[in-house]
Amino acid sequence: MMNARDEILGRVRAALADVVQPDPVADVPVEWEFGRATAMPDVLGRFVEMCEDYQARVVRAADGDVAAQVAALLAEAGVSSVVLPSGLDAGWRQAVADAGITVHDDDPQLSRAELDAIDAVVTAAAVGIAETGTIVLDHAADQGRRALTLVPDTHLVVVRADQVVSDVPEAVARLVSAVADGAPLTWISGPSATSDIELSRVEGVHGPRNLLVILAEQPPE
Amino acid sequence: MTEQAQRRTPAPPPGTYLGMPTFQKNAKVQLADPQLRSNLRHATGTIRAKRAERVAEVPEWEQLRLAGEAIKNRTLRHLDTYLVQLEESLTKAGATVHWARDAAEANAIVVGLVQAKGVDEVVKVKSMATQEIELNEALEHAGIAAWETDLAELIVQLGHDRPSHILVPAIHRNRAEVREIFLREMKQYGTPAPEDITDSPAELAGAARRHLREKFLRAKVAVSGANFAIAETGTLVVVESEGNGRMCLTLPETLISVVGIEKVLPTVEDLEVFMRLLPRSSTGERMNPYTSVWTGVTPGDGPQEVHVVLVDNGRTNALADPQGRPALRCIRCSACLNICPVYERVGGHAYGSVYPGPIGAVLNPQLRGISSKIDQSLPYASSLCGACFDVCPVRIPIPDMLVHLRHEVAEHKRGHVGVQQTAMAVAGWVLSDHKHFELAERAAGLAARALPNTTHLGPLPWPASPWTRARDLPMPPAESFRTWWRKERGEAR
Repeated sequence: MMNARDEILGRVRAALADVVQPDPVADVPVEWEFGRATAMPDVLGRFVEMCEDYQARVVRAADGDVAAQVAALLAEAGVSSVVLPSGLDAGWRQAVADAGITVHDDDPQLSRAELDAIDAVVTAAAVGIAETGTIVLDHAADQGRRALTLVPDTHLVVVRADQVVSDVPEAVARLVSAVADGAPLTWISGPSATSDIELSRVEGVHGPRNLLVILAEQPPE
Repeated sequence: MTEQAQRRTPAPPPGTYLGMPTFQKNAKVQLADPQLRSNLRHATGTIRAKRAERVAEVPEWEQLRLAGEAIKNRTLRHLDTYLVQLEESLTKAGATVHWARDAAEANAIVVGLVQAKGVDEVVKVKSMATQEIELNEALEHAGIAAWETDLAELIVQLGHDRPSHILVPAIHRNRAEVREIFLREMKQYGTPAPEDITDSPAELAGAARRHLREKFLRAKVAVSGANFAIAETGTLVVVESEGNGRMCLTLPETLISVVGIEKVLPTVEDLEVFMRLLPRSSTGERMNPYTSVWTGVTPGDGPQEVHVVLVDNGRTNALADPQGRPALRCIRCSACLNICPVYERVGGHAYGSVYPGPIGAVLNPQLRGISSKIDQSLPYASSLCGACFDVCPVRIPIPDMLVHLRHEVAEHKRGHVGVQQTAMAVAGWVLSDHKHFELAERAAGLAARALPNTTHLGPLPWPASPWTRARDLPMPPAESFRTWWRKERGEAR
């Protein structure tokens, strides 16, 4: 008996007997220019507006003030313990420790139960998407493995202004190489939400219920 | 002990999809439920308005639809090439690829993988493919509990119910019903709902969070589907809202993803088209709250054992019919359900499948064939108004396909002489000669004179009953135009 793989591929080939052009690209042209920016007057302003539209708390800060803002936002959220990825900015780490918040490292890896007992996580990001209010993590060392930004109930993420792009096409173009290198991605648009009961939106189901965003900008020269 | 008592998870309602009567019979039952119609009207109206608003924000929406259609056509017309490439990429990324010809084979593979891990429960991300193959029941028969973790799927599972919508499977339930279900069932399967819980959606979602958290924290194996599978890199994508997907895809040690073979996309770049089309078409959001993208095994992050089961289960049947092939472009957004005047009134249960609405009416007869009553009736579950094509993000010509499938069903039934064929044969005789026609007119006129005070004819006996069940006929005139003409002008022919 033929194995399932060969039989399915055989069925597919038989089903496609009408396709004569062997080159997919020549066979079906795709009229689309990939990676194009979407025109908008103020990309950073739109990013902030859209993140807020998704009920995220957004603060704009000059690069030099980010560490202080990290500590201030965590305090405001009533956080007493935090997990920090190994590659996080040393200045931010110091500011968190100085604020009297208990810092956990993920080395060795924390168990699920340990993560569940921690209030918050602070990370950097890979890309911000203005038009959709989305933050993309590629889980590099300054963002940590995926579970860190999932189990604690508060996620504070710092997005650099030069990471923010207009819309999804530009974002995908920036992320292609990370995916090709095998990095997982997490796209986050606001806190976890559901509309499953009567289409009524509820913020906060399984993922972090509080999303805090700092947009870090270089001060004008 | 009865089988009922030995179950690990709530039992679904009795009966099978394929054993269901015709759509039209099921629709009658559903239409008699005013609560259901009210729930559906509210939900589909809300989501339609949201979608329209979000689509209007994108000036190049029509070009995006064309691009989505073209990318999917390219993939489907060269599916063998892309499947082989996907398998290679996945294997290189540390995943194990399995192939399943049908539902039974897919279920056997998953059951075997779970048993090999020595566990008796799995957590599940909402997945149409696993519903299609009825994986949960296959796992249950093997003594493995499959816990649905999407809120709506949890409502359906705990409610001993079936999903009625692709995106919001519990759309037929209102908040009061959800509260009843949670209060009654949660305590039997884990963390109970608080006794004083109200019917506020926030409190109900909170109960689901607490109920499922213990399951997420202890689960060793997760089962998912995938919205997209990228051939070039072996990357899978799951689009979701609640974070239950992230929990399942990240925390367990083993991940099994069941993916229909039509889910392939050629490249990562293609995501820019679909990640704009899908959220706006499905939930009416600019972007869904969470999207997970992963490529096989990531060392030190997430499941370290990753399986992908590629499932045919009738897809190659659809592929083999060039007129049916476009149905495989479907990205399961459910915009066609929400816009459909038929779906809005009868809901999803009448369609006898996990794929209801217009897309279900074309997909099910192709995936399952047209030998069952339900699948023969589905191409007629439409008024052919065309709204489903207008909202489809990948431009599936559902109305054209419904007509095509009606033809297929008619051909299939040839040999059974029905009322319509009899009526057409009579009409053929009447219209073939003017003497026949005049004879028929005179007969109708005599009938009219026999009922002098009647203006409309209501239900008539067989063979006219199928036509007059839903229509009143005006009374034929006592005198035909031809008779009147002859009398007035005195011109005999």
